[in-house]
This record gives sequence, C-alpha cells and structure tokens, in this order.
Amino acid sequence: MKNKKNLWGLCVMPLYFFTLLFILGPMIYMVTVSFAKNNGGAYGFTWNFTLNNYTKIGDPIYLQCFIQSFKLAFATTILVVLIGYPFGYFMAKLSPKGKKIMMFLIMVPFWTSSLIRLYGWIIILQVKGVLNTALKTIGLIDKPLKILYSYPAVLIGMIYALLPFMILAVYSSVEKMDWSLVEASRDLGASPAAAFVTVTLKLTLPGLLTGVILTFVPSMGLFFIADILGGNKIVLVGSLIQDQLTRGSNWPFAAALAVILTILTSLMIYLYRRITHVKDLEGIF
Amino acid sequence: MMEQKKPVVLELKNITKNFGDTKVLRGIDLTVHEGEFVTLLGSSGCGKTTTLRIIAGLEYPNDGEVLLEGKPVKDLAPEKRNVNTVFQNYALFPHMNVYNNIAYGLKLKKVSKSETKERVTKMLSLVQLEGFEKRMPSEMSGGQRQRVAIARALINNPKVLLLDEPLGALDLQLRRQMQYELKKLQKKLGITFIYITHDQEEAINMSDVIVVMRDGKFEQAGSPTEIYDHPKTSYVASFVGSANILRGTVTSIKENTAILSGSCGTMACKTEQYEIKEGSSYTLAVRSENISVWREAKAEQYITGTITEKSFVGGMLRIVVTLEDRSEVVITRQGINFFYDIGEKVCLEWAAQDAVFVDMEGKQDEK
Amino acid sequence: MKKKRVSFSKLYLVIVMLITYLPIAMVVVFSFNDSKLPVAWKGFTWKWYQELFHDAAMIEALKNSLILGFISCAMAAVIGTLGAIGMARVNYKSKGMIEYLSSIPIMVPEIILGMVFMAFFSLLNLPFGMVTLVIAHTAFSIPYVFMMVKARLVGIDKSLEEAARDLGASPSRIFWDITLPLILPAVASGCLLAFAMSFDDVVISIFVNGPRMSTLPIKVYTQMKTGVTPEINALCTIILIVVVLVLLVSSFFRRGKKEYK
Repeated sequence: MKNKKNLWGLCVMPLYFFTLLFILGPMIYMVTVSFAKNNGGAYGFTWNFTLNNYTKIGDPIYLQCFIQSFKLAFATTILVVLIGYPFGYFMAKLSPKGKKIMMFLIMVPFWTSSLIRLYGWIIILQVKGVLNTALKTIGLIDKPLKILYSYPAVLIGMIYALLPFMILAVYSSVEKMDWSLVEASRDLGASPAAAFVTVTLKLTLPGLLTGVILTFVPSMGLFFIADILGGNKIVLVGSLIQDQLTRGSNWPFAAALAVILTILTSLMIYLYRRITHVKDLEGIF
Repeated sequence: MMEQKKPVVLELKNITKNFGDTKVLRGIDLTVHEGEFVTLLGSSGCGKTTTLRIIAGLEYPNDGEVLLEGKPVKDLAPEKRNVNTVFQNYALFPHMNVYNNIAYGLKLKKVSKSETKERVTKMLSLVQLEGFEKRMPSEMSGGQRQRVAIARALINNPKVLLLDEPLGALDLQLRRQMQYELKKLQKKLGITFIYITHDQEEAINMSDVIVVMRDGKFEQAGSPTEIYDHPKTSYVASFVGSANILRGTVTSIKENTAILSGSCGTMACKTEQYEIKEGSSYTLAVRSENISVWREAKAEQYITGTITEKSFVGGMLRIVVTLEDRSEVVITRQGINFFYDIGEKVCLEWAAQDAVFVDMEGKQDEK
Repeated sequence: MKKKRVSFSKLYLVIVMLITYLPIAMVVVFSFNDSKLPVAWKGFTWKWYQELFHDAAMIEALKNSLILGFISCAMAAVIGTLGAIGMARVNYKSKGMIEYLSSIPIMVPEIILGMVFMAFFSLLNLPFGMVTLVIAHTAFSIPYVFMMVKARLVGIDKSLEEAARDLGASPSRIFWDITLPLILPAVASGCLLAFAMSFDDVVISIFVNGPRMSTLPIKVYTQMKTGVTPEINALCTIILIVVVLVLLVSSFFRRGKKEYK
C-alpha cells in the first residue's frame, strides 16, 4: 500500500519540481523586483524596498496606457462575442459532416503562423493594398483608405487572432446542450427569442464566459499585433512592459506593471470561476 | 432439506461494512455450495453490490471473514482470488477487440498463444459469438457486449462467478432470453454463480437459492419456492410476488387453522410450524392470485371492501379493493374478464393454506 | 420559413470563413508573385521558393522552431501526463496549489510569462538560447497536456480498472494495459495543441531567445518590422500545405479507427 503511494508521489515529482522552480520561482522574483529600487542603466537595480514603481503607475501617461489597453481588450472581446457566438451556435447546428468540415477549416489557420496571417492583413489593408485597389476599381472611393497603422487595423488583427478560441468555446457548449430543453420552453409558450434568452443563452453561458476569458486575457498581452498593425500609435501595457525591459532598462517598473496586470487578469479569472463554477478552463479544446 | 449438498465453496462470516457513518452491511452470513446459482435480491441501496464487491476483493470489509474453499481470503488482493466478476455496465476494455478482451485473463497468466486461441474460440462458441473476434466493443449491441463480458470472466475458470445486475441494461425481451441462456450456461459449466438483481421475476426464474436483502441484512434465504410460498417477513412477502399484508387478532384455532379478526372482517390461516396464541395479534401475507372475489360471501371467513381500480398489467388484470380502514388489497386474475365494476362492494376470501404468518421472529421469542 | 433561417446561418458561416481565409489566400497568392512588394500582380514565379531553400538563416530558424517544438512537447508530455496520473491518486495538501500554479502560464498574458522568465533566467545565469527557450515553452505546454489528460482520467470508467484487477492484473499491469492506452489520445491532442502554440509563439520567445538564437516566428517578426521578403510567403505556403496534409491524414486515421468513449 505504502509502496504504491510512493510510486504516484514519484509521478508528480517532475511536475512539482518544474512548477516550483520555473513558475513559482520566477513569480516570486518578479514580485520582489517590483519593490526594488531602479538605478537606471542596463538591468541595474538595488535591493532597497520602495513603492515608487507602483506609485509611478498612477502617472497619467502610464495610467492612460492601462486604460487604452483595457478599452482595446473590451472592444475586442465584445466584437469577438458578437461575431463568434453566432458562429459557434450555427456551427453546432450543422450536420455531423458539416461540423467536421468546419472544425477542419478552423484548425488550419490555428496551425499556421499567426504572424503570417497578420501579414496577410497588411497586404490587404495597406494604402496600395488589395482592399483599396478593389474599392477603387468598383468606384466606391477615390482616395485610398488609410486603415493600416490605425486603431481599426489593430482591432481587426486582435479579433482575427482571438476569434477561433471564442468559436471553439461556444461551439463545445452549444454542442453539449440538450435541445429538448429549448423545445420544452417553446412548447410551454416561449417565443423563439424568449426561448433563446431564457434557455439557450443561460445554458451556454459557461462556454461564452470561457471564450471571454480566452479572449480578454491574451488581448492584454498581444503587444505585437498593436506593434505590427498599429505602427507606434497605440501603446498597450504589453508594449510598455517590453519597452521598459529592453530600451528603458527599468526592470522594477516593468515588474510592477506585470504584477498589476497579473492581479487584474487573475481577478477576472476568479470572477469567471465564481460565476461558472468551472475549475479549469478545460472542456474547451 | 435432507438431500446431499455439494461441498461449500464460499462462506461469508458476519461481514460488516461502513462507508463513513453509513452502515452498508450489518453482519452478513452466507454459505454457498459448489454449482449453486445464488441470487442476492433487493432494492437499490440494500447492500447487495457491496456484498459482491467484498467477495471479489474490490471492497474490504470492516469486520468478518470471507472464506473461499475453506481458506480465508479477506486480505487477498482481487487479482489473486479465483473469483471473477461480470460488471453491471460490462466494463469491456474499449481499446481492445473482442478477442483481446476475452484473452486478457489468459495473457496475464502467460498462457501460450495457441492455447489462448483455442480457449477463446471455445468461449466464443459457448456464448454464441463466433466470428466476432475482431469487433470492437463500441460496434456491438448491448446483448453482445453482455456475452463478451461473461466470456471474459469465465475464461479463467473461476470457482465463483459474480454477476452484478448483468441484464439491467437490456430490454425486456432480450432480458428474458438472456435469463434462460445464463441459466443454461451455468448448468453446463457447473460453476457457482452469485447473481445480483432487483427483479424478483429474474431471481425466481434462475436461482437455486434466493437471498432477500434489506438495509444491509439478509431478510430470508431459501429456494424460490420457499421464498415465494413461505415468506418469513412481510417485506419478503411483498417484495417477492407482491403479496398483500393484513393484520388481525387470533380468535380461535381449529385443526391447525387459525381464525383472525381484523378491522374489515375475519381471516383464516394455517398455523404451520408456528405456535399461535389466541388473543395475540399477527400479520398475514396472502398472494394476490389466491384471493377470490364474491358479491356474497361463500366461505365463513371473509373481508369486505370496495373495488376502486381495475387495470391490465403484463397480461394480468389487476384489481384494487379498498377496505374500510383505507388499506388496499390487490387481486390479480388471468385474462381480461372480470364481472365486477368499480364502486361495487365485494367480499374477499381465500383458503386457509394460501395465507402465511409473517414477521414471526419477535413473536416466537415470546413463548 | 425554417429553410430560410438555415440558409442564413450557412451564409454567415461561409462569410466568416471567407474573411478568415482571405489573408491566408493573399499570402499564398503573393508567394508566386514576381515582385518584391505585395501590391500588384506581376506574373507567376517560383523564384521565392528557390530563394527560400537557399536562405540559410531562414532554414536555421525553421530547424530551431521544430527542435524547440519537439523537445518542449516531449518534456511537457512526460511531466504533464505523469503529473495528471499521479495527482489523481495522491492526496497531498499542496496538490491544489501546484495545479493552480502549473496552469498560470496559460492564465496570464504571455508577455508576463516572457518577462518573468527573462528576469529569472538572468538571475540564475542561464545561457540564453535553446535551453531557456525549451524551459519557457515546456512551461506553457504542460498545462495543455495536464488538462487534457486530467479530463480524460476523470472520464475513464472506474470499473474498467476493477475489471482488469478482477481478471488478475497487478496495479502496474493495469496501468500499462488499460490506463495508458485510454489516456494516450488525450496526451496526443494535448501535445498537438502545445506544439502548435510553441511553433507560433512570438511573445515569450522574444524575451528568452538570446542574441543569436532565432525561431521562425521571431525571424518573421523582425522582418515584419524591417521589411518582409516574399520568401516568407513561400515558407508559409509550404507550412500551410504540410498542415492541411497532416490534418487530413490524421482525420482519415481517426475515421478508420472508431472513436471509443
């Protein structure tokens, strides 16, 4: 009996070792550094306790950056919900064969480099790009639209990168839903719209919220999309952290930003778990 | 009772089992002889599955001992007991085909390939699944899976085969057919079967011995006839063949026949082995098919009531008569014809030998 | 009326899919365009494919990405699978905390993971390069494998293991004969997902790759900031073809072998 316990204990050892050393360790280090004093210069900081790094975030420039990031994340999430929910819903109503084909179509882009797909958008959106050429040809515009390196371009990129996660999350929860419940509510006199709101939406809410988490959390950190499609006009927390780490060489400040961002996203995940009672983000893949 | 019994193969001695604070088994004693078909009968939660799992070794009893062919096996791991189980949901390995499922036990014993092949083929023909070797369990019907599960459990030549509601998931018709086949199989192989069910019909059709369980205890054990004709308790009487339970006080005893008076009339019952005292109250069980119905009483002892329900169930007409004390008596008749209507007042009678005294255990102590 | 609604839903699916594939189609089309700039069609050419095969740096980056993907996937498969199996059976107090901590890499924005790794690795004085990349990628691959296997283990009927025991299998035989084959599909899909993530990762890699090591996404990223050569279009087209083939073959195999639950 004891031997068996030891065997299973041995099984979890690598996970324990790896997690403690490479997850907990770095996290603790990050929190510690966030209270250290910056000396300027490359990687220069001294172990003097200070709250300066946190008070600095209150600075309007940085606060603005946080607000902008959140705004973009919100906008992305809302649009992804609006596009992704119907998609997942309609997809779940397809025939088994249709579902298979759709799944295949969703998986292919997922496996191809997201950067290259963004590059595809550059080809489309640039001033002399495909979109402008097409619009000009049919005579809808005289002057090319300047979409690339603007807020809408970043938004398009974000939606494009994160939509599949929402679709998969919604799809799997609609798929699992018991349709007889919807039929029952219709039978009891609910209109299609009322049945959708009171039954379908309620039952697929966990999937929807999973999708929201999978969209919102990463969108806070996908600085490269803003970088590539937004030029330098849109500075997100992600870009700020990267900037502080590399060019600014202010590690403690970057650490403080990261701590705040972690707390904010953890809070969201905590709320999500409270609402859906789902322990892991499992059931989505 | 005097017939020569075969040697004892399995014994349970005062087994108790608790899950936390719940007492699942409260002292179980059981003796099973070689080649017997023993059925544990009871409603869900009575502890029958736990009893089976303790025999298999999948559960460890809090107290008591399990003896297999005279040897204590309580501390023996399940894989080392010469006992095999057919699980309720079959538990076929989904990633193995039929052949590999059945051969699994032999593979573990490192039986040679050629012998394995021979024995698996024999098993397959025994359960009438020739040609199904390459099928996956997911490609088979419930009845076929059932046969694979039985073949898989039998291939190790167990001393005792344990079956946990093996027919529970099948539809009625298939269940009847499998009952017959299982019984035939058991007779042919001469292996001891311990069978779990909550279906009294199944128990009566198949078993040599029925053990009626209730709340972690044995209510009564005996042959189907004993259980059916001489139920010891009102629970057994009503669970097996749904007898009517009636109460009354003995007013006189003549020639082994006791006359009782109840709230709705008088009743007759043979005293049999019991010592019945005048003036005491007793409980009777009378089977629904043994009660006759008249507008005017024909016998001296009868009870009266009003017909409140008539329904046709399973080829039988089921009539409910409500007595004056609001208790109900169920009567069954073959066929659909019945000459009385709902609302009619009727007299109910039965022959004294068709009624039995039940719940006598405490009463016997009184004398 | 019902028929009309169905056709609307199908139309919607098709439009969204078309938009999804539009940028990919652009990349494929312009990989055959005889011009350095992706603006107008100048005629068909194989030139970019030829250049790609002669671009040592690009081949090197691809090789690095593949090596990184395979090693980190293999490590995550071992750690995650063993962890999930063990965790289902041990009763340590720290269990919940470790499970939570191990899932952090896919719970927080990637950039945070990138920066804490960068800081921590330089604290440990680890040489930045393949080693640091492997550690970082293993970290975010483990949760995928772990979650998949854990979910599968919960789904396995307990009576299967009991049946094996009943037939005479020792606990270790049960593991090899029953448990492992049943969780293998989950390990495989966890690995595939992890590999896809690793093969596509920019954010974390960019923090821990070191000055000389370049993976494919990093190479593409730097080019996108300086100027993209159509070689990348060609490379993407090749990857796309490989992916489609792999997915088709795997779905073909899955059809041959009926899914079991």
